[in-house]
Amino acid sequence: MSLLRFCEWLAATPGSIALHESRYMFLIVLTVHVLTLCVLVGTAVMLDLRLLGLTLRRVPASEVMARLLPWTGAGFLLMILSGALLFYAAPVLRYQNLFFRLKMVTLILAVTNAWLFHRTVYRKMADWDMDPVPPPGARVAGILSLVLWAVMITLGRMIPYQGYWFDCARQPQSAIVNLLMGC
Amino acid sequence: MSFLEFCKWIQFSPLLVAMRGSPWLFPVVASIHLMGLAVIGGAVLVGDLRLLGFGLSRQPATLVVRDAERWLIAGLVVMVPTGILQFMCFATKYYFLKFFWVKMVSLLLVLVFTFSVRRKIAARADEARVHPGRSRLAALVSLSLWTTVAIGGRWIGFL
Repeated sequence: MSLLRFCEWLAATPGSIALHESRYMFLIVLTVHVLTLCVLVGTAVMLDLRLLGLTLRRVPASEVMARLLPWTGAGFLLMILSGALLFYAAPVLRYQNLFFRLKMVTLILAVTNAWLFHRTVYRKMADWDMDPVPPPGARVAGILSLVLWAVMITLGRMIPYQGYWFDCARQPQSAIVNLLMGC
Repeated sequence: MSFLEFCKWIQFSPLLVAMRGSPWLFPVVASIHLMGLAVIGGAVLVGDLRLLGFGLSRQPATLVVRDAERWLIAGLVVMVPTGILQFMCFATKYYFLKFFWVKMVSLLLVLVFTFSVRRKIAARADEARVHPGRSRLAALVSLSLWTTVAIGGRWIGFL
């Protein structure tokens, strides 16, 4: 079964239709998704700013990490959960949305960046823990993370607007756009 | 000129009509507004978690709240102009939305609260002159008001 067929099947399930047609449920899930932005991206931004030496300079970087990361993780879980529900409300529409697809790619890049940071710079944290401004490796990870979050926020906000520019049902479109959207 | 007439005047001024003509403008401005939300959210959360005894609880509350406050202000510098721009795009619609006014009142309250009561409590929280219960109460008031502002914002766009 192709991913598109799977999305079509998912879209026909009663739960998906109910969520799609609900007056308040969808809005509540959407609100949770946006509010969780403050927990996930909010704490991530404060961590990144510490890595850049732009805030909490007198607090050891490892302490900021250890104390804030659990909140970032909880935010991440809630974000994935509410995001999955938003996808479930309109599977085919999201699957064929260029901004949604780019957002998922950016998400993978952001997770990879965090993982690389943990595998490399983070391991030698004891060497620079008390430095007000961490070493270049940590700063690069911090900047990359900030940029990726900003891109992800923008792509997410653009998802409902894609009809202005792209639409699988409105052909002809250039072949590359059709390919990227999975039309 | 009544406020509604003022709303009509800005929404239909030539500049705003031209801006609405571009499909990019509104979502891009809204995206930048959300980036500001993330920064304010992080700054508020780090400070309020500390006042509640979570997060950076081993650091002095004064230090955490004061450091985070700079980024709270930076977030406001991003959010307020982008918010005004979004308001100008659909001023006459927002004028009639209850959630818009709920958001504005909560925003005003939380700003006054943050820079008076919360700041004062955080500055004294480490000297044991402030009862921990009062720090927690301040954090809860701050979190509830900011949450109302954010929920109001999301519902404005949906209704």
